[in-house]
Amino acid sequence: MTLAGKRKAVIGLTTLGGVIALWFLTTAVTGLVSGARFPSPAEFWTSLSQISGRGYAGATLLSHALHSLKLVAMGFAVAVLTGVPLGLWMGWSRRVEAFVNPVFLIIRPIPPLAWIPLAILWLGLGDAAKIMVIWFSAFVPSVINAFTGVRNIDRPVLEAARMLGTPRWRMVREVIAPAASPMIFTGLRLSLQASWTTLVAAELVGALVGVGFVLNMAQQDIYPGMILVGMLTVGVLGWATTVILAWIERRALAWNVAARD
Amino acid sequence: MTDRPLTLREAVLLGAGGLAAFIGLWSLLSTTGIVPRQFLPTPLDVASRFFQLFTTPFAGATLPMHVASSFQRYAYGVVLAAVIGIPLGLLMGWFRLLDDIVTPIFDGLRFIAPIAWVPFAALWFGTGAGGPVMIIFAGAFPPCLINAYRGARFVEPRLIEAGRMLGTPNLRMILEVLLPAAAPSIIAGLRVSAGLGWQSLVGAELIVAAAGVGFMMVQAQGSVQTTTVMAGMIAIGIIGMLIDVLLRRAEAWLRRRRGLEA
Repeated sequence: MTLAGKRKAVIGLTTLGGVIALWFLTTAVTGLVSGARFPSPAEFWTSLSQISGRGYAGATLLSHALHSLKLVAMGFAVAVLTGVPLGLWMGWSRRVEAFVNPVFLIIRPIPPLAWIPLAILWLGLGDAAKIMVIWFSAFVPSVINAFTGVRNIDRPVLEAARMLGTPRWRMVREVIAPAASPMIFTGLRLSLQASWTTLVAAELVGALVGVGFVLNMAQQDIYPGMILVGMLTVGVLGWATTVILAWIERRALAWNVAARD
Repeated sequence: MTDRPLTLREAVLLGAGGLAAFIGLWSLLSTTGIVPRQFLPTPLDVASRFFQLFTTPFAGATLPMHVASSFQRYAYGVVLAAVIGIPLGLLMGWFRLLDDIVTPIFDGLRFIAPIAWVPFAALWFGTGAGGPVMIIFAGAFPPCLINAYRGARFVEPRLIEAGRMLGTPNLRMILEVLLPAAAPSIIAGLRVSAGLGWQSLVGAELIVAAAGVGFMMVQAQGSVQTTTVMAGMIAIGIIGMLIDVLLRRAEAWLRRRRGLEA
């Protein structure tokens, strides 16, 4: 580790220690912040063990988390599988772009969260409505970045491939998709973030299970310890999926120098 | 990419074709009753409801009144985010120690979706104006901070060296060197903030508000008024777009003034 890195690590750890000490001091020791506003470490621990063991809001933390994770994975997958090909196609053909763009321009300014009431009207409070809104929110970044990725490919690369008489399908699979892949992954990262935000919002608006539902119940029960547990779970899940995506990106783009660091 | 650029005529025709296909399919699905009209009203139904809401109140107010109340909260949240985020970002760009202290905390909080702050926001600031403002703040704050910080960190070293050599004190250095140099980056950050803040506002109002467009939509959902829900979506989309256009203009203007390429 370099000297600067060491310094950063020391200050980082000190900060972490300081924040935890401050938390103890203001809640448990001095009572400056009342337990009705923010939980003390002990209350947090009680909530965490309650939801891990007996469960809260109808299930244990693990099954709430897994349910949310499953919905994000499904919505994200559907969005990527539809968005990336559409983006590539729009990038490849100006005709497709001209055809799709106006519709896209109309729908795009509507924030994904604004689709939640409509999704609930159409599909109810179950999983299908959540997958639909996640799809909507994750779709746009996937399309835009795949599109930009194709448009930014160096012309000589395309011309060389065409000169060699590469057939259409091979062209897409072996030239277009790989060359656009760094941008595609940028889009996927944004899509993933959007998926989590949307899922949490959708579960807060109406759900029967999931991390957002835990937050919702804890809010109604005025149970700060459980709110903190729910928030941290959202953070950990968001972090873990981002790490997994980054790992996939590193493997997929191993040939790309820019992605290596 | 593979084909030659389209002529204007082709582009317009194709675009119109796309729009016609979209609206046609929508109308077809709802007028034929493939999807019950109560759940998928025709485009015309939605448009007429949209204008009707200008005069007929729903959920306690007309559409413009809901929009005004949303916008007020939104402005508070975004301004608060800018007022705290930009100075903090500049300070972090100048004082290394502050950077090393704040960055780990910030990185830790980054993965928590802004909308997950809703329960604490409601608990701390209520569901009137305070709660939603805090959630908008949570959405709009990170880009303000990050862009001010990056702008300040990547100022040309020559400028800083020149300032240092002339013995410029810290505060003047930040205000007169870092701030102007970071301005384009800050404005770009504000634009992202404005978009994320608008998105958070919608989320907040769906969950914890007693007025505003999001609240109107939830009420309409509860009474299965699909037209009103869709009218709300249109209003949200239009305002989001206006905000984006205005800030893009401001960004272009600033860049031109600084002699940068737009």
